[in-house]
Amino acid sequence: MTNVLGRFDFDVIAKWIKPGEKVLDLGCGDGSLLRYLRDEKGVLGYGVDNDADNVLACIRNGVNVIQIDLDAGLSGFEDGFFDHVVMSLSLQTVRHTEQLLAEMLRVGREAVVSFPNFGQRSHREAIAKGRMPVSETLPYQWYNSPNVRFFTMADFEALCAERGIVLRERLGFDGEASVSEDLNLNASIAVYRLGTAG
Amino acid sequence: MDEANDSVGEVAPQRAHFDTPITLAGGAVLPAFELVYETYGELNAARSNAVLVCHALSGNHHVAGRHADDPKNIGWWDNLVGPGKPLDTRKFFVVGVNNLGGCYGSTGPVSTNPATGKPWGADFPVVIVEDWVATQARLADRLGIDAWAAVVGGSLGGMQALQWTLEYPGRIRHALVIASAPKLTAQNIAFNEVARQAILTDPDFHGGHYREHGVVPARGLRLARMLGHITYLSDDQMAEKFGRKLRQSVLNFGYDVDFEIESYLRYQGDKFAGYFDANTYLITTKALDYFDPARDHDGNLAAALARARAKFLVVSFSTDWRFAPERSREIVYGLVHNRLAVSYAEIESMAGHDSFLLDDPRYHAVMRAYFEGIAV
Repeated sequence: MTNVLGRFDFDVIAKWIKPGEKVLDLGCGDGSLLRYLRDEKGVLGYGVDNDADNVLACIRNGVNVIQIDLDAGLSGFEDGFFDHVVMSLSLQTVRHTEQLLAEMLRVGREAVVSFPNFGQRSHREAIAKGRMPVSETLPYQWYNSPNVRFFTMADFEALCAERGIVLRERLGFDGEASVSEDLNLNASIAVYRLGTAG
Repeated sequence: MDEANDSVGEVAPQRAHFDTPITLAGGAVLPAFELVYETYGELNAARSNAVLVCHALSGNHHVAGRHADDPKNIGWWDNLVGPGKPLDTRKFFVVGVNNLGGCYGSTGPVSTNPATGKPWGADFPVVIVEDWVATQARLADRLGIDAWAAVVGGSLGGMQALQWTLEYPGRIRHALVIASAPKLTAQNIAFNEVARQAILTDPDFHGGHYREHGVVPARGLRLARMLGHITYLSDDQMAEKFGRKLRQSVLNFGYDVDFEIESYLRYQGDKFAGYFDANTYLITTKALDYFDPARDHDGNLAAALARARAKFLVVSFSTDWRFAPERSREIVYGLVHNRLAVSYAEIESMAGHDSFLLDDPRYHAVMRAYFEGIAV
C-alpha cells in the first residue's frame, strides 16, 4: 500500500493542515509534501533545506525552497508567521534540537514533527545484543549516518514537558500500520502535533 | 556554420531612439535618449516569452554571441544564454541593453550633449537604478513587450531585476536576483569611494571633461579596476590562482612586478582603462551606492517589497564577500514576509563575486531548472 506521496507520514501531516495555511517545511527534501499541500490545499508553502541536490529538486518541482542551515536557526522568519512548521523525519539530523523546537514554535502556531523512534522493539533488541540498530527507519551504519541525535518517544516527550511544549496529538506507526498500544515500544515512526500553552 | 550549436552565433546591436523627455530621479531632464540593445531568439505571438538581462558595473548589451566585425568579442553571459543553455533562446526572446549613462553606445557621458555640441562628460546627470528600469520599460514598450517573463541580473544587474518588481509590478512575472543585495553596506560603499577617488584625483580627469583635453584618466580607472578585482575574488581563490607565485623566478628588489597577482591586476587595470569611460564608472558606482528601496520605508525592506507581485529566484555564492549571502537572505526574508513566491540557492563556489559570471554546474542547474519552470 502506497500513498500519493510515497512517504506515509505525509498523509498524517497533510490531515492536520487546513486549506490556505502558511506552512514552513524544514528539511523539505525534494519538496513533495509542499507540492502536495499546494496542489491539494492551496497552501502557501516554503521549504528549507541545506542540501544542494534537494534545493535543485524543489526548484524543478516548482516549490519554494530556501537554502539555509537549520543549525543556524530560523532567525530570519517572523514570530507566528506560519500556521504550521513541519519537520518530517529530519529532527534527528539537527544538532541544536532544543533551540530548533523553540524556533519552530516561535515562527509557527503549531509544529508538526516526525522522527524515527529509537525506542522501538527491534532497536532495543539490537542494543541488547550489543550492536547499534540498523533498520528500515534507521538505515545507516553508525559511521555513515546523517543522524546526529538518537532519541525515543519517551525522551522526546520528557523534553517537551521540560520546555513547556504541549503535545496536541501523537501518533505512532510501524511500517505503514498505525500503532495504538505502547507506542514507544511498537512504533518505528512517531508523529507529533505540538503547540505552546495558552 | 562552424560555431558551437549552443551559441546564438553572430549578433548585431540595434539602437532605439526615444523622443519623449525623461525626468531622472536626480531631477535632471533628458529631452531625448538612445539605448543600444541586442536580442536573441524570437518573440512569440503572445509576446509572453521575453527575458531582460540587466548588466552590472562594467557590462553592456552584448550578452551572448559574437559580433561579425569582432568575432573574439563574445557576449559577457554567453555561458548562460543560447540555444540549449540555461536561459534557452529556443524558448525565450532575450534582450540585452546598455544602460543609460553607459559607454557602449547608449546615451551617456561620451555622447554629444545637444546643448553644447560637445561630449557630455561630467555634465551627464547621475542616473540610478530607478532610471535604468524606467528607460528599460520604454524599450519594452518599443519592442511590444507588455510584461517580461523574467528579468535577470547579477550584482548591480540583480538590483535592476529587483527594482523592476517594485517599479512595474505588473510588467514582470519572474525576477532572478543573482549575487546581489537590497542595498550596499558601508564597506561596499567605501570600496566604491576609493575607486571614485582614484579617478577624480587623476590629473588627466580635468573635472570630467578629459575628452576635450584629448586624454582619459587611465591611471585612475586602472586603480579603480584593480581594487574592484581584488574584491570580486575570494581570498581562497586568489591564493589558489596566484598564491605567491613570482613572475620571474627571482625577487627584483624594486617596484615593478614581482608577484603574479601584481601582473594580473595591472593587466586587468590596463585593459579596462583602455575601453571603459571614467564618467560612466563614476555614475555606475553611485547607482550602486544609492540603491536602497527600503530608504522610503524607514529602512524596512519588507515594507518596500510589499508592492512586488513577481516570483523570485535569489542566488548567492558562498565566498562572495562583496555581495555576501547574508545580503541575499535579507531579500528572501522580505519576500517571505509579503507571501511572495521565492526560492533561494546558496551556491558553494570558490570564485567570490565573480562566480555569477562563471558556469559552475550547480549554479547553472539551478538557473536552468528555474527558467524551465517559467510558463510562456
